[in-house]
Amino acid sequence: MTLLSVKNLRVTFDTESGVVEAVRGVSFSLGRERLGIVGESGSGKTMTGRSILRLIRPPGHIAADEMVFDGIDLIRATEKEMRALRGQRIAMVMQDPKYSLNPVMRVGAQLTEGLRQRDKLSKSDAYEKAVVALDAVQIRDPERVMDAYPHELSGGMGQRVMIAMMLIPNPDLLIADEPTSALDVTVQAEVLSILDDLVKTRGMGLIFISHDLRLVGRFCDRVLVMYKGRVVEDLAAKDLLQAKHPYTQGLLNCLPRIGGNRGPLPDLDRSAEWAG
Amino acid sequence: MRISPYLRDQNPSSRMQARLGQWYLAWLRMRRNSLAMTGLYIIVILLLVAAFAPLIAPYDPLEQDLGRRLLPPLSPGHLLGTDDFGRDMLSRIIFGSRITLYIVSLVAVTAPVLGLAVGTVSGYFGGWTDRVLMRLTDIFLAFPRLILALALVAVLGPGIENAVLAIALTAWPPYARVARAETLTVRSSDYIAAVRLQGAGAGRIIWGHVMPMCLPSVIIRVTLDMAGVILIAAGLGFLGLGVQPPLPEWGLMISSGRKLLFEQWWVATMPGLAIFIVSLGFNLLGDGLRDVLDPRNSGK
Amino acid sequence: MLIEIENLSVTYHAKGRVIRAVQDVSLTVAARESYGLVGESGSGKSTILRAICGLAPITAGTIRIDGKPLAAPRSRDFVRQVQMVFQDPYASIHPRHTIDRTLSEPLAIHGLANSDARVIQALTDVGLPTSFRFRYPHQLSGGQRQRVAIARALMLEPTILLLDEPTSALDASVQAETLNLLSRLRTERGLTFLMVSHDLAVIDHMCDRILVMQHGRAVEELTRGQLAGAEMHSAYARTLFDASADRMLQG
Repeated sequence: MTLLSVKNLRVTFDTESGVVEAVRGVSFSLGRERLGIVGESGSGKTMTGRSILRLIRPPGHIAADEMVFDGIDLIRATEKEMRALRGQRIAMVMQDPKYSLNPVMRVGAQLTEGLRQRDKLSKSDAYEKAVVALDAVQIRDPERVMDAYPHELSGGMGQRVMIAMMLIPNPDLLIADEPTSALDVTVQAEVLSILDDLVKTRGMGLIFISHDLRLVGRFCDRVLVMYKGRVVEDLAAKDLLQAKHPYTQGLLNCLPRIGGNRGPLPDLDRSAEWAG
Repeated sequence: MRISPYLRDQNPSSRMQARLGQWYLAWLRMRRNSLAMTGLYIIVILLLVAAFAPLIAPYDPLEQDLGRRLLPPLSPGHLLGTDDFGRDMLSRIIFGSRITLYIVSLVAVTAPVLGLAVGTVSGYFGGWTDRVLMRLTDIFLAFPRLILALALVAVLGPGIENAVLAIALTAWPPYARVARAETLTVRSSDYIAAVRLQGAGAGRIIWGHVMPMCLPSVIIRVTLDMAGVILIAAGLGFLGLGVQPPLPEWGLMISSGRKLLFEQWWVATMPGLAIFIVSLGFNLLGDGLRDVLDPRNSGK
Repeated sequence: MLIEIENLSVTYHAKGRVIRAVQDVSLTVAARESYGLVGESGSGKSTILRAICGLAPITAGTIRIDGKPLAAPRSRDFVRQVQMVFQDPYASIHPRHTIDRTLSEPLAIHGLANSDARVIQALTDVGLPTSFRFRYPHQLSGGQRQRVAIARALMLEPTILLLDEPTSALDASVQAETLNLLSRLRTERGLTFLMVSHDLAVIDHMCDRILVMQHGRAVEELTRGQLAGAEMHSAYARTLFDASADRMLQG
């Protein structure tokens, strides 16, 4: 069953040097599966993720033929309806927990804020729920973390707190925008496996936005490759090595490999007709 | 327009063309902000009025005509009325703009320069240099500006140059602080490390690399401060400690019109309005400059 | 040996805390060799480069370039021999200077003539069109800025190039181009590279010998062959290897 359906999404920005098209006609649909959106900077992948939650402010402008989440028309929804969706049914995890967690509030306060205000839970009930959420992301000493400030946590820990926070209201769809890019390589693996676990057990839909094609290929069920605002390839992750589009192939081949040859790395032919 | 493609050229062929091109783009950005443009127009009108004062003013601002004292505005021949010596208000305000401009420009070229120098040197070297210079700045900052200006004028005597000196001496500390704050941020960036690694000395780094990054903040601060400077000059004039009569300085005019405020309100109100409009102009311009100079040009 | 580092320690004191960024690290780099430092954040790898340049204090140990110990502050000869390419192309070039000024500044500092011709030559050497000469950094992409940073580092014709994660901030395809450029320049000019990265694949591609670091200490030194054959002895080096190889698809 389709959780999210997007047809011909367009995002434009009005700047003093003219109109900038960040997303130029992107279409995809998502069930309760893991979709990876891959692209380099300027591909429009982050803008696509943000448009779903209508998080783009003027001078940005979102337009689409269709953007429907579980029967709700996201384009025509009022701001009030969007606020009810955000966090509750569609959650978003961003890249650097240093910037997405409030630096002047303790972690416990941030975790319980939503529960107390939105769900009207008592202080102790909210605390319990928060500890359970931290446990779900494999944080061994939840009491210490609840009492800490974000800057006292390591990157991996902070990201896990972020994930816990976003998953407390049990959303149907999680949009993760480069959730592991700011983390060390050994920590990335841990955080990804936690995310993997959670998505599977809760049956959520996941949109995983990244610049790392190989990572997405390993982690997601389907992959969308974007270039300059357009989708150039839409395929199952297991078919990634048989990708047809020259950009995808280029992206796969241009990374150095341990034990690979030391000749020049193949680079992308940006003058080709697809690039433009 | 042949100039426009020259300025919009993506690949300039000289440093001058590159710099002019960036200023042109900044100008286009500012043009989209109507409040800032209003401020700019006000300042431009001030400049034009001051420049062409002898041509615009219908009368000599110092010429008295005791037979025609205290005429109300819209009297024949006197659009804004006359003061208690029969001098035409409009002409006095027009010529007063020159004095206002004189004070503002002198302060604008002395205080920020001193503040920039102190702030960048203090921020770049740190350690004892920083401590000494900042304590010096703190001392000047601790005094209320008007009181310090009064004290200086009391020592040096009244007069326009001394008023300007007094104002400049009290105006530089905030610029030093702003410059120092920017310098502390800039000091640890990679491009400074890179030029140090090329063997550049402190002088070259401060002058060529640090100061250009401090300039936008200081420029914005100066523009926003201009309103305050005008008001302090007016305050000094009001207290009789700055510009001396019969010069048509706006603050002085308010002072002499004070006793006539209820019956012949225009003698004090007209110069007051002029101060208000010019201060507003500087504030709007300063806000607009902040939008243009700060976010786009700092880094990405 | 061109670069000799013996028992280097770098300790910072900040707000009552003691940070041992580098602890007792030794390594040597031969002329024309490419040596890699790999580790995660906090491993001290970048600090070693900064210590060589004089941007980080040397608490203990010695660094010798070409047999001579380093003078503090670094001498003019030093900067003509050793240059650095920084990680973030958005932060390593002065945002208010044209490319021309950024490239001609080292020449001006050392009183070298023929600035015009050298700047144009430098742009061509790194594959940038000469029409970019009077552009500002914000008019260039990340990859183009990094090329300018490389060109700048080469203006004084150094023999040693220190590279601090030169491609970490770049897109994958741009990274490939930049690494190719660096390899080409190294071959053409016989440069010695001391390169830092967190990406084992990049280090493997570019370097002959590799030092794995963790928490400021040297964990293990490997040759390229040993890395490719997964012949590492320490547990940490193996964890790093597995985490990197893990991200590769079968093939």
